[in-house]
Amino acid sequence: MKTNIILSGVGGQGILSIAAIICEAALLEGLHVKQSEVHGMSQRGGDVQSNLRLSDRPVASDLIPRGQADLIISLEPMESLRYLAFLKKDGWIVTHSQPFVNINNYPKPSDIRAELDKLPNTVVLDVEEIARETGSLRSANTVLLGASADFLGLRFESLQEGIRQIFGRKGSDVVDANLKALAAGRAAR
Amino acid sequence: MKRNLFLGDEAIAQAAIDAGLSGVYAYPGTPSTEITEYIQKAPETAARRIHCRWSVNEKTAMEAALGMSYAGKRALCCMKHVGLNVAADCFMNAAMSGIHGGLIIVTADDPSMHSSQNEQDNRVLGNFAMVPMLEPANQQEAYDAVYDGFELSERLGYPVLLRITTRMAHSRSGVARRPVVEPRSLSYPSDGRLRYVLLPVNARRQYKKLLEAQAVFTEASESSPFNTFYDAADKSRGILTTGIAFNYLSEHFPDGFPHPVLKISQYPLPRKLVEQLAECSEILVLEEGYPIVEEQLKGFLASGSPQIRGRLDGTLPRDGELNPDIVGRAVGCASEAARAVPGIVVPRPPALCAGCGHRDVYEALNEVLLEYDGAKVFSDIGCYTLGALPPFRAIDTCIDMGASITMAKGASDAGTFPAVSVIGDSTFTHSGMTGLLDCVNEAAPVTIIISDNETTAMTGGQDSAGTGRLEAICLGLGVEPGHVRVMIPLRKNFEQMKSVIREEINYRGVSVIIPRRECIQTFKRKKHTSK
Repeated sequence: MKTNIILSGVGGQGILSIAAIICEAALLEGLHVKQSEVHGMSQRGGDVQSNLRLSDRPVASDLIPRGQADLIISLEPMESLRYLAFLKKDGWIVTHSQPFVNINNYPKPSDIRAELDKLPNTVVLDVEEIARETGSLRSANTVLLGASADFLGLRFESLQEGIRQIFGRKGSDVVDANLKALAAGRAAR
Repeated sequence: MKRNLFLGDEAIAQAAIDAGLSGVYAYPGTPSTEITEYIQKAPETAARRIHCRWSVNEKTAMEAALGMSYAGKRALCCMKHVGLNVAADCFMNAAMSGIHGGLIIVTADDPSMHSSQNEQDNRVLGNFAMVPMLEPANQQEAYDAVYDGFELSERLGYPVLLRITTRMAHSRSGVARRPVVEPRSLSYPSDGRLRYVLLPVNARRQYKKLLEAQAVFTEASESSPFNTFYDAADKSRGILTTGIAFNYLSEHFPDGFPHPVLKISQYPLPRKLVEQLAECSEILVLEEGYPIVEEQLKGFLASGSPQIRGRLDGTLPRDGELNPDIVGRAVGCASEAARAVPGIVVPRPPALCAGCGHRDVYEALNEVLLEYDGAKVFSDIGCYTLGALPPFRAIDTCIDMGASITMAKGASDAGTFPAVSVIGDSTFTHSGMTGLLDCVNEAAPVTIIISDNETTAMTGGQDSAGTGRLEAICLGLGVEPGHVRVMIPLRKNFEQMKSVIREEINYRGVSVIIPRRECIQTFKRKKHTSK
């Protein structure tokens, strides 16, 4: 078992909260994990990514080689395309559909959609809308994780347990909202 | 065994705690910040009263760490690579005096300059000071390097430089902890004054001792568990890796290496181990940073022996960090991209946050400076460096911590008017105060804006050493009371801000303007946690 994941988004969107749940779930399954993060200057509204690697054998490189990612999980549609060179030929992109526009030369959203549509394996969802429907806008990241759940190579129960571990100290309301968001994301795909 | 998912920085911090640490001394700097932050939050820290408060800069941090070591206790000193330049005076001379309690200095280098103004490789400074160095390849090794590094430091009697890079600092993997060591009690070196009073008569003797110790350091490297030789049949090539380059190589050979490989994580370079590669036709050197080992090898091996390949002969790029693709190409097994990135994807550079006070400062400053020909704005290291980018394009320089004030003075000496400095509160106390005294002593016509957000914001909101005392510091250094001006950088104060800036530019002496408003990020965080 080996899954290479790139998480992408814009600094401040919170890709690391998704990574934390996946890591926790992978450890529960006894897998080896390496996760490389970006801290520092680019967190101020710049493009950010995290390389996350899960395997039943020890993982060597902290970074995923080109063409080797099984999955790109992105909180922003243009950012989902930035790492396309790392995606396997048959890899999946799971992305939030709504652009985060903080630059003047942001491309036309329809052009981004057209590029995504050219790819064979994509899931494009308005995760904020789904989160709002479940009653917790703050759980949009967990909705996205739910939509990615079947591509991770992890059991869904492990992700649920990961959520309980990560959000447990914030109280049962937060845990329940995230479990609901996880299920809603999975169902929406 | 339980494995903890630690960032490299966290592994270092936990290892130091487990090894009986008595104090960490540091100034925040990406990618080193999380080491000290982890120690600050660790339950052991409060229980054992481990010193963990931020220092004013890396020099004061290292001196305090050396003082703790002098008093017999184990100390850790952490900084980003350029911080070691600030601390270099103490660092060089700590190698002359040697240590008493174990002392580990962590340098977190930033190849590819993710969050830095250069990509200096501090192994050069380690060699310069002639101290033993450790460069772990993974998070477990980072833990072990610190845990065993204190022992090594005490056994050899010298500070140990632990070098990591951004990828190691900010990458997580499973780490197993080791038994907690009892902290050392207060004690002093028996030969203290002979070692620590570096008068020439003592310094000459200490230097000879340091030179003699080099052979001992090399022996320690040759028998170190951190340096490993993997033999293989195909001697057409040997490969030497340092630090995390080993991971990128291993990625391509999950079932074993076809060529002999020497993995280096402890220096000085273990000569005897390196000689095991001499029978190979060529040696490929994979190191993160400068081609230091690559150059050293040329001196080690006789002429006519293996051809050395690496960053100097173009096998690898001369600059930037390594990755599995660059290393893959060098060993002939690169993987290919299945698809190209579409042309519509544009860069998304970082920017000042919406609602940030620095924005208001730059907007007001830009408007006032339109009234003058030849204004130059000397800035500094921090979030406000982003004022260089559109829409502000407000600054002309950003060189090193504190340089805004002194460069403004030098340019003013040369005839520049207006000469404006923009510096943050934490950078001001780090290295700006001494420069301000230079300005005061010569009544230099400079306008210094200390854009005060009451935190060390760029690195994530650590305490700032001068919070609440900036006016007092400026007045104490001799700035005229009428020319220390405080304002609140908000849109509604725009005209008032412009008048203050204009008045102080027109004053032909030292002025300090302090626009003060809390960092929007720390403000939001407080609001969130108080809910």
